Amino acid sequence: MAIKQNAGGQVTRRRFIVGSAQGGAVALMSSRAGQAQANPVVPTSMTEQPGAAVAMTLHVNGRKQLLQADPRASLLDALRESLGLTGAKKGCDHGQCGACTVLVDGRRELSCLNLALAAQGREVVTIEGLAAPDGSLHPVQQAFIDHDAFQCGYCTPGQILSAVGCIQEGHATTAEDVRETMSGNLCRCAAYPNIVAAVLQAREKMGA
Amino acid sequence: MQPFQYVRPASTLDVLASLRSAAGGGQRPDTAFLAGGTTLMDLMKLGVMQPARLIDLTALANDHGRIRLGSKHLLLGAFAKMADAAAHPDVRKHYPVVAQSLSLAASAQLRNMASLGGNVLQRTRCAYFRDPSWAACNKRTPGSGCAAAAGANRQHAVLGTSEQCIAAYPGDFAQALLALDASVSLLGPKGPRTLLFRELHRLPQDTPHRETRLQEGEIITGFLLPVAPWTHRSLYVKIRDRQSYEFAVASAAVALDLDGLRVRQARIALGGVASVPWRADEAEDLLRGKILDAGLAAQAARLAFSKAVAQSHNAFKIRVGQAAVVRALMQAARMEVDHG
Repeated sequence: MAIKQNAGGQVTRRRFIVGSAQGGAVALMSSRAGQAQANPVVPTSMTEQPGAAVAMTLHVNGRKQLLQADPRASLLDALRESLGLTGAKKGCDHGQCGACTVLVDGRRELSCLNLALAAQGREVVTIEGLAAPDGSLHPVQQAFIDHDAFQCGYCTPGQILSAVGCIQEGHATTAEDVRETMSGNLCRCAAYPNIVAAVLQAREKMGA
Repeated sequence: MQPFQYVRPASTLDVLASLRSAAGGGQRPDTAFLAGGTTLMDLMKLGVMQPARLIDLTALANDHGRIRLGSKHLLLGAFAKMADAAAHPDVRKHYPVVAQSLSLAASAQLRNMASLGGNVLQRTRCAYFRDPSWAACNKRTPGSGCAAAAGANRQHAVLGTSEQCIAAYPGDFAQALLALDASVSLLGPKGPRTLLFRELHRLPQDTPHRETRLQEGEIITGFLLPVAPWTHRSLYVKIRDRQSYEFAVASAAVALDLDGLRVRQARIALGGVASVPWRADEAEDLLRGKILDAGLAAQAARLAFSKAVAQSHNAFKIRVGQAAVVRALMQAARMEVDHG
């Protein structure tokens, strides 16, 4: 399968490993959403046999992605295992830690508790799709760098997407407010003070 | 996770057909309904729920996801998300206890996902129920015993328990519905019907695996909350082990109709301490017609827990629960209320 290259045409280590791991295992096709064949958003559907892999279509980071996966796959599993988007992390896999947070139809949700099959027809944004097409960082990404808002970085993609949702919901007016509505994102390094500062800075930049 | 068949009906009509098939008697595959999925996916991964078929109810979300204030009722569609109900201006203004019970529950991500109907049906957080490596759980495996009775039961119930089950009902929103005398709209194979919310949950007694009075193939489509003088002076007090993102150790939903400081009507529902959402009827009766002060509130709180039975590790819940009732009553009495 084709290994994606970065802007400089260079194959990165992560992309090489991820690409190799997927090779042959998954039928993966992607096309620009605008060019893809129109597909009814809510089909009456039924999986034929329990447990057999099924075809599904997910909209991720502005692209329509066709993939084969087990009907039991969570959205998180589909993103990581089938699409190679390993930004969303599997922390607890039970909706308790927030590391798998992504935006679904513009709102922050937990990809581990979303069934991939049921996420069809919904617009998913992961950390890989957050920066502008020219590569310039989203204000929340930049704020996390400016405030050193992470240590090991494992929870960071979930923290950043949760912060984007938090700001868009209008919940980032005070530090107290940020702590309350970001409470679904745990950070075992306890970078919380810096995370709160980053969210407040990003909120100002975003004018929310 | 056990394999399952996934069905996604495209229309309300197709959903009705699938409800009928879900109630098809002996041959019917064990069916679960998918709305927000936050409880179901969690318990399926744990192996606690093992449905052979999953019916995705997304087709009902438009018709039954609305929030609307009428002249007699506030309608909360069962497919409305917790976050949307909590943020709705009419809910916040006229039913503060509902908005607070929702916004103090779970995390922002979960509130964006979870539906109101699914919320009231969430399962207990009893660690023995959630972990199938414990053989004994009458709720999970009828007749197997109760590991919690002689186990770690700090988080368990002190009201409404039975010899078979001491698990606590974990939710918050249900207490608000109960205190406000809400009713619940159902849709099933035989069509729609309405139930008082207080009749929805069943005491564990000898059948703790039967948690509600929903019939086979029946789903919740909405909640009706009466327009009434006590809804404005209402609030939710939740006491928990950490400040945010945690289930209640004890909670109280309170709604008051006052004439000055004299109580015309008081409504109190308790959470975190009981097997089911728990209405404190006797405490309400005591308050009626009297001047509300701290002494009377404490008396009502003691009465609310007069029948409590502590387990080996949770006697503290009785005092914490009483504190929640006193705090909620006194805060509600002091509320600035705008009936507009």
